[in-house]
Amino acid sequence: MFDWRWDFTAEILPRLIIATGNTLLAAGLGYAIAIVLGLILALAQRTPYRALTMTVREAVEFIRSTPLVLQIFFVFYVGPQFGVRLSPWVAGMIAIGLHYAAYLSEVYRGGLESVPKGQWEAATSLNLSTARTYFRIVIPQALPPSLAGMGNYLVGIFKDTPMLSVIGVAELMHTANAIGSESYRFLEPYTLVGVIFLMISLPSAALIRTFEAWVRRKLGMS
Amino acid sequence: MSYFEFLSVNSTRFIDGTLITAMQTVLAATLAIALALTTGLMRLAPNALIRGIATVYIEIFRGTSLLVQLYWIFFVLPLFGITLEKFTAGFVAVGMNLGAYGAELVRGAILSVPRGQWEAALALNMSPAKRMWRIILPQSLVIMLPPWGNLLIELLKGTALVSLISVADLMFEAKQINATTFLSAQAFGTALVVYYVMARFIITPFMRWLERATARKLGKA
Repeated sequence: MFDWRWDFTAEILPRLIIATGNTLLAAGLGYAIAIVLGLILALAQRTPYRALTMTVREAVEFIRSTPLVLQIFFVFYVGPQFGVRLSPWVAGMIAIGLHYAAYLSEVYRGGLESVPKGQWEAATSLNLSTARTYFRIVIPQALPPSLAGMGNYLVGIFKDTPMLSVIGVAELMHTANAIGSESYRFLEPYTLVGVIFLMISLPSAALIRTFEAWVRRKLGMS
Repeated sequence: MSYFEFLSVNSTRFIDGTLITAMQTVLAATLAIALALTTGLMRLAPNALIRGIATVYIEIFRGTSLLVQLYWIFFVLPLFGITLEKFTAGFVAVGMNLGAYGAELVRGAILSVPRGQWEAALALNMSPAKRMWRIILPQSLVIMLPPWGNLLIELLKGTALVSLISVADLMFEAKQINATTFLSAQAFGTALVVYYVMARFIITPFMRWLERATARKLGKA
């Protein structure tokens, strides 16, 4: 029943470790897109233009309530229908970046709303432009309360990267599938993928909590 | 082919897929709620072994991907003599994954019931079980329902992954339609809209109703 083979494990481990690099790269790139795009989505919802605000709000809701794996398929296959061919990496990064941008925009929104109104009034009375107020006054104060949510989604995006395997991004899950279909052995590759995920996500979750506490302490917030 | 022609040709497939997705969601949600309540309470048990078992379950399922868990349950578990049919494997994986997230909600909500309620129940000489069941859980229910709404939407989205082990859900049907018609925007776009409608116009209003109903029942509204 239980036939774990260590020699096979040793044989496939290097491939899985290389693929882990791709997984981390995908998570990092996707997160970088999400951080920037999420801020744009959050700020767009605070503009006085009602049409823009409502459209962005609905779009964020739409992205948040539909499955990421379906969005990945959508981005990957819809392009060619209109003559735009995207590589798996590009399509995957767009889909996962956009998905998490929608989540992060909600985190930022909460953070931005937590900045007291008096800060805005003070900035206005000092004759600061809106852009300057945001970047010098409001966003720095909105960041600390957003950190917990941002950290959770960093771990979240990492755990969602296996979905990129469905369009052929050569990350961990894709490699494990390939090993499985070559060797007809699924026990070792899938179990190792699980172990690798645990070994990365548990310490990083702890690390993020420590970092968050450190930032709060630095800013005298707790 | 116009979009309406496309819909009329493929409507049965979309409807069949939607029904399977709905069934997966309901079954997975039932399992997730049961697991979340059990393991959430286990995490608060005085016995270290019981706490440990719950912690291991929660950390494993929160620390790895749903897709990894799904493949493991479907492809690896049979090697241990537990063979699940793909439909069962699908909702079991989704339910176990979201149950782990739910357990933390349950635990957090129970701990946020004011200390005085625990003390009052103790002063009235209630047994621990009765105190939990009659006093603490109903109050924690009001606290945990709003985040459960989000979790159920995550669960609905999670069920899309069961298509990867060939359960004929909405996502699977969308892929099939895409493969036969090559109309990707229509096939995947329609599926996206159906998921959105299920999340926004079925799950969210239902949870709002449930929140109001429980609040009323506890005399808080």
